[in-house]
Amino acid sequence: MSETIRFRLNGRPVALDVDGGRTLLWVLRTDLGLTGTKYGCGEGHCGACTVLVDGEAVRSCRVAVRDVAEQDVVTIEGLARGAALHPLQEAFMAHDALQCGYCTPGMILTAYAFLKKNPRPTADAIAAALEDNLCRCGAHTRIVEAVQAAAAKMAGGN
Amino acid sequence: MGDSRDFQDYEELHGRDDTNASPIAPLNRREFLKASGGILVTVALWDEALFGQEAPGRPARPSLPTDFNAFLRIGADGRVACFTGKVELGQGPVTSLAQEIADELDVALDTVDMVMGDTDLCPWDAGTFGSLTTRFFGPPLRAAGAEARRVLLELAAERLGAPVGELVTADGFVCVAAEPSRRVAYAELAKGQRIERHVAGVPIKQPSEFKLMGKPFTRRDARSKVTGQAIYAGDVRLAGMLHAKILRPPVHGARFLEADLSAARAVPGVQVIQDGDLIAVLHPLPDVAEAALAKVTTRFDTPAAAVDTDSIFDHLLKVAPEGRPVAEGGDLVAGSAASAAIVAATYTNDYVAHAPMEPHAAVAHVAGDRVTVWASTQTPFPARTEVSRTLGLPEANVRIRPVFVGGGFGGKTRNGQIVEAARLSRLSGRPVQVAWSRSEEFFYDSFRPAAVVTVRGGVTGEGRLSLWDYRVYFAGERGAAHFYDIPHHRTLAHNPSWTAPSGVHPFATGAWRAPGNNTNSYARECHIQLLAAQAGVDPVEFRLRNLKDPRMIRTLKAAAEKFGWQPANPPSGRGLGVACGVDAGTYVATIAAAAVDTATGRIRVKRVVCAQDMGLLINPAGAVIQMEGCIMMGLGYALTEGLRFAGGDVRDRNFDTYEIPRFSWLPKIETVILDLPDDPAQGGGEPAIIVMGAVVANAVHDVTGTMVYRLPMTPARVLQALKRDGFGMR
Ligand code: FES
Ligand code: FES
Repeated sequence: MSETIRFRLNGRPVALDVDGGRTLLWVLRTDLGLTGTKYGCGEGHCGACTVLVDGEAVRSCRVAVRDVAEQDVVTIEGLARGAALHPLQEAFMAHDALQCGYCTPGMILTAYAFLKKNPRPTADAIAAALEDNLCRCGAHTRIVEAVQAAAAKMAGGN
Repeated sequence: MGDSRDFQDYEELHGRDDTNASPIAPLNRREFLKASGGILVTVALWDEALFGQEAPGRPARPSLPTDFNAFLRIGADGRVACFTGKVELGQGPVTSLAQEIADELDVALDTVDMVMGDTDLCPWDAGTFGSLTTRFFGPPLRAAGAEARRVLLELAAERLGAPVGELVTADGFVCVAAEPSRRVAYAELAKGQRIERHVAGVPIKQPSEFKLMGKPFTRRDARSKVTGQAIYAGDVRLAGMLHAKILRPPVHGARFLEADLSAARAVPGVQVIQDGDLIAVLHPLPDVAEAALAKVTTRFDTPAAAVDTDSIFDHLLKVAPEGRPVAEGGDLVAGSAASAAIVAATYTNDYVAHAPMEPHAAVAHVAGDRVTVWASTQTPFPARTEVSRTLGLPEANVRIRPVFVGGGFGGKTRNGQIVEAARLSRLSGRPVQVAWSRSEEFFYDSFRPAAVVTVRGGVTGEGRLSLWDYRVYFAGERGAAHFYDIPHHRTLAHNPSWTAPSGVHPFATGAWRAPGNNTNSYARECHIQLLAAQAGVDPVEFRLRNLKDPRMIRTLKAAAEKFGWQPANPPSGRGLGVACGVDAGTYVATIAAAAVDTATGRIRVKRVVCAQDMGLLINPAGAVIQMEGCIMMGLGYALTEGLRFAGGDVRDRNFDTYEIPRFSWLPKIETVILDLPDDPAQGGGEPAIIVMGAVVANAVHDVTGTMVYRLPMTPARVLQALKRDGFGMR
């Protein structure tokens, strides 16, 4: 069942000999050692495992690794440019948009894909975009604020 | 196959990030053991006198050490390690405790590295729960910092040849006030060693002297969390580590009969372990282990369900023990006689899950007679005891190491996954990770108990409370005692804890954020609403008229002012609810605006104003965030969160059917914290959640005239209550 699967991961090519039916989530977290992508429910309900596949926010617990062959995968570890954080990451820090931080990678990547298509969203639009990302700590108010602040900064030519 | 990092890499993984915010500072025993000469004497860090560790015959609960060295260490590089048995669950001590130690020591905040919950390095601690960190760990921590600063001043006086009175401290230096270039760094005085000198009775700083305490700071661990670098238990990778998936019974109370493990054994690379009640499938990849476990066929003897989601309350009343007085005064018969009207009601709430986003996880590495564990736990020291008992090893051989914890809320005070990982590591001879699935997390949760409260309350013709006859069954007594001025009252707790003897609940129950108090505040404050309505008095005015406690009066007035409260008799049709409560020493008053769709029964909470009287604030920003988090989380148990079950069969196993709050629920949240820097610090992680059931129920009553007597107030229950009261037919 093992096959060779190639894709780009955080800007670098990878080639893996794996069972292509395994979920992207566990291949990322174990085979590739990128543990920033979190397991929260395993069934697509919580968004903690969200990654970007060709720029779209995707729940990695619901995707077989063979389905990302030849595609561009970005995880939370790949969002910063060297030491320079992405404006979303900076905004989450500045707005205290996290408590335990377990939902944070999924929130940031979902927001990233959303802002690509909606660069100047209202607070309501942000809340709607994040509706299926769960946060048990109740950081919702600040997450919306942070995404809005990041949007403003990015639109300002960042 | 797989990407395995060894211990060395693991240490690197935990390296300081640039905010120095990791609770896992790169320190280890060896560093502390490097002795060097000079004025300071080094001892082993696990010195018993220093840490008050358990020795044979000692009482089971050691107390905090009095030696300030147990709390802090100043490195030769000028960095300050601050040791606490508390852990970072998201509630923010990684920032607030650092503020406290830095302020008392006079060092920069970013030079402090928090070392949290490491049982080899930190002073013993019962656990991170009960909103105790700031209240009970803060003061001794500050005292340690204050004493250390004073000792450093004395040492500097000798070094600089100047009297202490002429010296000042700032930014990790002692200098001669009149001649600032004559100075010596703390780093040079302490050199990473234990400081042998002590000074008794050094006062901590007064609020007017604070440089860091009382000022808002953003989270110090944020950078590691927004970059995916923060390590949680499930992220730990050790060389040779196996992931274990464990065979679970279909329902609680099921008896294991047999299992066919052959198909699982046939999966390449899989190790199957059977040890008494524990059957596990292990593999270097967790998903492969899980798939192999799915091939196991089993037979269990499953008991018939005796109770379910709806019959539980009758059952609870039937098995309830005698009530134990929590508070009483006056005479209930006289109270009845003095009342112009008496209102009686029964309030119930369903079982509620903790459901932290991170399910329980642990890695255990048994190597010879030593064990190291990384775990998502609120109770590292009790976990150490559990592991030592399970494996028959002395506690000194067990080390629980800190990791970030992805939410706890009381649910991670039980350490089942740690014991499983420790057993499996010993049996397999490899480091083992046990990371529960969401389904296991629901199944093995220690739920907030289903509970019943009965209240009989009386009010006089002048709108004064005259009678309070209150019984709480199985919620626990925290928050049961009322704080109103009632001449004739009695509060009884039938089973004073949130846990109960076997035969009461079909599965485990336990402490859930502000345990007991959510249920008690719901019943009490709803009943106050009903009595205010009975008396025909505005609910804010009614409370003020019946309160003597100045702290509650000022807290309620602060909430009303922030809200812009306009008095009206309930039900006013406006959909405004009021509720007050006390938890962990903090006074809370909350006012909410809600709308009810009377066709669907859906409640929408639009605005929440919450005021708190919580004494000295260490990090005001952190305190506000905790209030916001409590309000949002509290909407869950108010509106949707009630576990569906039949006997030991837990029906809700994931977030598709067990609905927790979402972004679309987000009300406008406003918070007020009373400015009371001279009052002792009180709890902040739990209080604001206690009133959320009541404040929403009271808002629903205010708009519809109907009280919903059961939490959560699902649309079906709201419709049922409206129908009961003939809503729309009047
Ligand atoms: S873990 Fe993938 S959506 Fe929850
Ligand atoms: S910050 Fe803890 S779940 Fe969102």
